This record gives sequence, structure tokens and C-alpha cells, in this order.
Amino acid sequence: MKGIAPRAEHFAHGADVGVRGIGPSRETAFEQAAVALSEIVTELQKIEPKISISVECQAPSDALLLVDWLNAVIYRMAVERMLFRRFAVTIFDHRLRGEAWGEAVDRDRHAPAVEPKGATYTELRVERDGNGEWIAQCVVDV
Amino acid sequence: MNVTALHKLSDRKWQLDPTGDMRVPAIIYGDAILVGEMEDKVREQIANVASLPGIVGAAHVMPDAHWGYGFPIGGVAAFDPDEGGIVSAGGVGFDISCGVRTILTGLRRGDVEPVKKELADSLFANIPAGLGSRGKITLDAIDMDAMLSGGAGWALQQGYGIPADLERIEEHGKMEGAEPDAVSDHAKERQRAEMGTLGSGNHYLEVQEVSTIHDETAASTFGLKRGDVVVSIHCGSRGLGHQIGTEFLREMAIAAPANGIHLPDLELACAPIKSELGQRYLGAMRAAINCALANRQIITHLTRRVFTHYFPDATLDLLFDVSHNTCKEEWHELEGRKRWVFVHRKGATRAFGPGHPDLPAAFAAVGQPVFIGGSMGTMSAIMVGAGAKPEPAFASACHGAGRRLSRHQALKRWHGRQVIDELAHRGIIIRSPSSRGVAEEAPGAYKDTAAVVEAAHVTGLARKVADLSPMICIKG
Repeated sequence: MKGIAPRAEHFAHGADVGVRGIGPSRETAFEQAAVALSEIVTELQKIEPKISISVECQAPSDALLLVDWLNAVIYRMAVERMLFRRFAVTIFDHRLRGEAWGEAVDRDRHAPAVEPKGATYTELRVERDGNGEWIAQCVVDV
Repeated sequence: MNVTALHKLSDRKWQLDPTGDMRVPAIIYGDAILVGEMEDKVREQIANVASLPGIVGAAHVMPDAHWGYGFPIGGVAAFDPDEGGIVSAGGVGFDISCGVRTILTGLRRGDVEPVKKELADSLFANIPAGLGSRGKITLDAIDMDAMLSGGAGWALQQGYGIPADLERIEEHGKMEGAEPDAVSDHAKERQRAEMGTLGSGNHYLEVQEVSTIHDETAASTFGLKRGDVVVSIHCGSRGLGHQIGTEFLREMAIAAPANGIHLPDLELACAPIKSELGQRYLGAMRAAINCALANRQIITHLTRRVFTHYFPDATLDLLFDVSHNTCKEEWHELEGRKRWVFVHRKGATRAFGPGHPDLPAAFAAVGQPVFIGGSMGTMSAIMVGAGAKPEPAFASACHGAGRRLSRHQALKRWHGRQVIDELAHRGIIIRSPSSRGVAEEAPGAYKDTAAVVEAAHVTGLARKVADLSPMICIKG
């Protein structure tokens, strides 16, 4: 849909942070939610998109798929010690294939503020609003 | 939370009477101000907890409670397996067995002050903290399973600690019933290089001075004198616990309808204790408890090495290690009858009173040490299980002051450098890989620890023993 700029936002939740992706499609909203996840850790412009990784997940609903997608990214951040700047998502029949571009954590340059523990079902929402915008959001435990 | 909607039991104890699907009442501890400051979500969440199958007695809310995931942080609830009771991955949380251990140093403030800056730099250099840090050990598959079964005892076998440490850890350093096979390969992979790391967020290692003694007898039993220096370590089961929480939350949420469980909130995802899924979760969660105990044991070893470099005669005896995100099987008396129940403590510590059979001999006469964490610039506290009869909240107490401001609000109000400089002016050295992380964790973003401690004391959850003021804080 034209006129809807993909964007990433945060919202407050007690000790933790909510991530919200907004876009013209479900896929862009999922991508932007992952951008918001990266921005919990550091400023996006500090991350160089040098290396790409891919993930796949499958879930019975859009909402669970969003949590699975973000948790897949968190898992790769943790085990490969990477931060990601850019994401591309395709979804077909509750199956998601995602790619993420980023680089290894450089503790001096990135100065990571927090380490995401997991995406949660709190404030979890994947839906299209009256303006045709897709919103994908949940709280991330940090 | 509107206190007028609650049934007042005393000045610092309130009851939410059962309505709707609630099977039991909820009891909320704290004065009118603390309870009034709690978000309405806390009331909503504890009402949901009170509606879960097999809950016994009441659902309890600690004075430091805040909005959590499914359970409020600072929520306590017990379930009877013979009455369809459940175990909840959400009720334990992502950071399984997150906890605090406090180590005596045998040093006085005057000993530490001359080398405080060097000590802070050495601790920061030697104890991995924050995202992207790696532990000094990498576990292969055999060591991983041995660690998950053996806990702090395993760490000892690897040379990290002394036998006397184990007596000063809950479960004697090893949680029985751990099932490494119930832990996924993903969870193990996430932990492989994370042993002996602090993590981030509100996790820390703090060098503290005993600034006030409230209870001379208990303080003496714990080995605390005014002016002594202690070290407190706050962290948990790291990536392994996070991954176990993530995976079981999903599996339990999807399986709930088939188990006949209505979840008012997906985050309450749970399974009957007497089910394959419930048992598998318990096995994995206990393995994560062992991971947290081993992790804090290794960090203790690293701390000792740094201290003995500056103070060759210092022994650094462990005072105690308590976890505050757990589900444990315990005997409790309910309406005159002893019952074997599964107690969930989410952001709440166990607080056994004097004479409890599970206490180490050293604490039998006074009760279990309870640690209340502060927030960089603010006091922490050591309390003791009060042993009130009937025992309040399944012998539980609070774990630390919750947040007052969100991370965003904190970032708008403070800069990391400014926080570090202000604390340095007060003689508190902060070391952290992230200036933004320091701003998000600014002391002003947290509630008043003293008020939380006072509420726990007056309500009989635990008794005040000593206040600690920070000297050095290593933040993840």
C-alpha cells in the first residue's frame, strides 16, 4: 500500500521495552519490529550490514509467528554475538523466512545497552488498522 | 492500584477478595503509598494467577511488585499437584533462578578505599559483563550436562570455589531433579560460552559497605559488622534460562486448551504438574537453577582472584546465595494441615524462619539471610526470614525495589556520563560497557529500597538486619 512508511517504535513496559513495527504489509511490520529490537541494544547507524544470516519459523497464528521470528533473531544475536541492522521477511501460509544483515558485536563501538532475553506474549498484537497499516508488536524482556 | 477497592487487613496488608474466576483471594503487602503506586496491571495479573488450577491458600504480592509477564514481578503462588495444580513457565520467568549472593571479604572500608579505583578496574576487566562478552570457559556437551546436573558442586569440581561454599547456597548448591535431557540443544548452545558472565540490564556485581546494623544478633551470626566490606552478585541462568523460558512458554501456551486450562493471559502459560509437559519443564527448570548456581559460583571465583591480588590474606567467605525466580517443592501448613506444594516465586525470595529444617546449621537459630538488591546509587539490604506463624506468603519476601520509570523515561531524564559523575562525587565507582545502559539503570529510575525493606519488615515477611551502601558497581 502506498503512503505508509515502514517504521519502528518502542513503547514502555515496566522494567522492559515494547517493540512495534509498522508498515504497509505484514512482512514489513515484522521487519520493522526486528529493527526496533536492534534499537533496544544500540543505535542502528552504528551497525554495519556486512554479513547475512537466515532463519525460518512456523507458528499457528500471526501473533505467535511474530514472537517466534523475534526469538529466532535474539537466538542468533546471542550465539553468534551479532547485531543486525536490516531485515527481509517473507511469509507464506504461517511459515516465515527471514534474512538479517549485520555484524559481530564490537563492545567499544556498539556499547550495547542491554541484552534481550526473549520476546514475550505481553502486549502482543499483529493486525491491520483502519488506515491499512500493519502493526506487529510485543514486549521484549531485557 | 486503588487501595479503596481492597479489603484492608492491616496498615500494610490488603486483600483482594475473590471475584470472577479467582479461586482464592490475593494478599498484597505494603503500606497505602506503596500499594497505591503499584500499577493496576499488578492487580489484574495477581487476579489471573489466583484463577489458575490447583492454587492453594492465596496468591501473594510483595511490597516491591510491578507489572510483569503473566505473574507480577513480586508474585508468589503455590499449587497442589493432587488438586490439578500447575507449573507455569511464565510464573518462573525468562531469567530462571536469577538471584543474589553476598560474599564477606573480612575487609574494612578503610582497607579498600586506597585501592578502590584499581579494584573497580580489575573487577571490570576480569568479570565479563554485557552483551557480546564471553566467559573464560566453553563447555562441551559432556561438561554442559554435568554442569546442569551438578550446579555449584560442578563448579567446585572444576576448581571454582571451596567446599564450605556449598553449605551457604540454597539446595546446598545443587538442585535435585534436574534433567539435562529436557534442555534443548538451542538452550545449551546459547550457554556454551556464557558461564561466568554477569549479563546486562539490572544485573550487577557490587562492592558494598555495611552502613547500618539493625539486628546485632542476626548480623553477628551472618558475620556482619558496621564498616565491613561485602560483595554482592546479582545474575541468573543467562542464555540457557532465557531459551528454556522462551521454548516452554510457547509449548505450554499452545498445549493449554488440550490440557483443559483456560489462560486469561498467554504469559501464564502452564501445564499440570502431573503431566509429561509439566514434568519435562520442571526437569529443564531445575537444570537452569543449577546453571545459575554454577554461574554465580564461577563469578565468585573470579571475584576472589581479583581481591586476593590486592589483599593476599583476604578469604572471601560466602554469606549466602538466594534465587528469586523459581518454582520449588516445599512443605507448608495451610489451615492446620501440612501440604506438599509447588511454590512459584517470581521476583520474590524464599525467607525461611529460624529452625526450618532446610536451613544450613549456621543459620538454624536466626533464620535464612534474605538479600534485597539496590540500584547502583541506593542502599541494598540484608534481612532475615522472620519465622512468623502462620508463615506469610509461603515464607517469601521481596527481592529489590522495582522500577519507577521506564527505560525510555530514564533515558530522557539522565545521561550515562552524568550518572557516573554524580555517583563518583558520592564516592561510588561505576564501570559498565554502556553509557546508555547506565542511564537506563539510573538510581532515580527505581523505587525507594528503604520503603520496600520497611514494608517487608513491618508486615513480618522478613526482619531487617543490615543496610549496605555501594562503593563499586560493575554493570552489565
